[in-house]
Amino acid sequence: MGEMVVFMVCAVGAVAAGIAVFRVDSMARATFALLASFVFTGVAVLLLLDLSYLGVLIILMMVMEMLVMAVFMIMYMMNPAGLTPMAMVHNRRGALAVSVAVFTALAAGIWLVPWPEAGAAPPPDPTESLGAALMGSHMLVMVVVGMVLFATMVAAVVLATDRGRYDRYGDDLRRGAADAPVRKGVGR
Amino acid sequence: MVETPVWGAVAAPLLLAVLAYGAAALAALLRAHAAGAAPTAGLAAPGREAARLLVGQRRSVPGADTLLRQSGVALVPVAATMAVLVVPLGGRVVGDLSVGVVWFNAMEVLIWAAVWLAGWGADSVWGLLGAYRFLALGLAYELPHMFALITAAVGAGSLRVGDIVAAQQDVWFAAVMPVAFAVYLLSALAMAFWGPLDQAVGRDVAGGVAAELSGVDALVLRTGRYLMLAAASAMAVPLFLGGGAGPLLPDWLWSLLKTAAVLAVLVWLAHRLPTVRVDRFVEVGWVVLLPVTLLQALAVSVFVLLEWV
Amino acid sequence: MSLELFLLLAAALLAVGLYGALSQQGVVMIMMGLELMVNAVIVAAAAFWFHLSADRPDGQVLVLVAITAMAVEMAVGFAVATAIFRARDVDMVDSAADLRD
Repeated sequence: MGEMVVFMVCAVGAVAAGIAVFRVDSMARATFALLASFVFTGVAVLLLLDLSYLGVLIILMMVMEMLVMAVFMIMYMMNPAGLTPMAMVHNRRGALAVSVAVFTALAAGIWLVPWPEAGAAPPPDPTESLGAALMGSHMLVMVVVGMVLFATMVAAVVLATDRGRYDRYGDDLRRGAADAPVRKGVGR
Repeated sequence: MVETPVWGAVAAPLLLAVLAYGAAALAALLRAHAAGAAPTAGLAAPGREAARLLVGQRRSVPGADTLLRQSGVALVPVAATMAVLVVPLGGRVVGDLSVGVVWFNAMEVLIWAAVWLAGWGADSVWGLLGAYRFLALGLAYELPHMFALITAAVGAGSLRVGDIVAAQQDVWFAAVMPVAFAVYLLSALAMAFWGPLDQAVGRDVAGGVAAELSGVDALVLRTGRYLMLAAASAMAVPLFLGGGAGPLLPDWLWSLLKTAAVLAVLVWLAHRLPTVRVDRFVEVGWVVLLPVTLLQALAVSVFVLLEWV
Repeated sequence: MSLELFLLLAAALLAVGLYGALSQQGVVMIMMGLELMVNAVIVAAAAFWFHLSADRPDGQVLVLVAITAMAVEMAVGFAVATAIFRARDVDMVDSAADLRD
């Protein structure tokens, strides 16, 4: 009973917050509606599915991610505070039809597929089994994830920065100290 | 660890509030002393200030996003209180989570959201400036802070706070991993936007995030800061200072004494040190703090493998 | 809690995210739709793990990969948005279409 209440609150909250993301005018509110959606899922994963580590990790990561997102929102959207409401959508009808169709198909599949009976009980410490898997049988996943994250960092910096080495060290790269916009961080 | 969810959930926030009041009183005392006034007046200063803010009128500017601003302001004390739920006191803890360290980290990160919301929702350029400053500060301190937490967890081989205390029976982690401890204290200042890292509410931006807050809102934000500082000090004790270990006195008293000592050091540091510019601190965070915490984690991992810890 | 309910939640999140990704014009809003869809993947993977194969860690690993995918998507998305914006002052996907010429 208690589990059902928690699930209903989390499920309705997550979906309602998700819908709110595309309904509110203020970009800040949209960002935090998305964050609320993630927090509801995180709580559901944490409390109902026994994944304490992953549940807390979802909340931790999403707060940081959404705050970074808020910065870009305000940087790039025309009307971040939503004080003068304007529509920034295209093909709303089509998108609605597609997503309703997808949901119907998925829901039908969920009820029609004969899911196997409940499997084994979860291990006493799922966090430990996840760690052991990542450092053992699933080491390849860990390696790939690490490489992808590293490549992402390099790629994102390369794409986003507009100052190259010629800006920092001069046209012939002969400037002794880099010409950085911020000085005296670590004693330059 | 004994879980005490019912009365602990009342007692822990109360204790935290007492510690926070102590911190506020000490800060007022240091200020009074520096100003040449009678230092004893500082003891009642937080109470007087709170009463003044309680009766003060709340003002707002047109276009303010009141919902976001008030949730941001309220989130600061809430996050601090939730963070302290995993801190053990004399063998008792409100919630003995198997991932207590990650929980503390997640609650502390909520401060990012809180400060940003409070700054944005006020619809003031100073508030937004303060909010952006805090995000930049967060990007600088968060990774070293996480590695400091992870280092303590690696030393104990567990994310459960109780296990980390138990692993310090022979030697405190502050001695095994001094760099992680120092970085933790620095990030404790940052997460309460306190002392040299208080750019988010800096005087040069007219109070930043707090610029447009008045009355009860201002009181809640300031209380939340002190609560967060107290929560971070309380967490330093089980992570690095051996929890309740100590001679003669009972466990819970030692924990409280150590927490109060850490808190006093943080308040005193903030009183002595000038505010650092965020852009400079970001560079220090990424070029100095991040590598040294990584090296510290590496060293502790080697210690663990050699069974020196 | 049954598996079907969790999957239904995942399907609903996926549909909402899909609607956002298809209908929004701002780059950032489209990314929010994508994030909601990844969120659905997380819910579904965690539910599958708990209900069908809790003795094996694969479901958890899948959740971790989904979280990583979300971080990567956001970092690269913002970097590309910054690069496009810097090059031509554009922040809407409709206008970015002329990148092809």
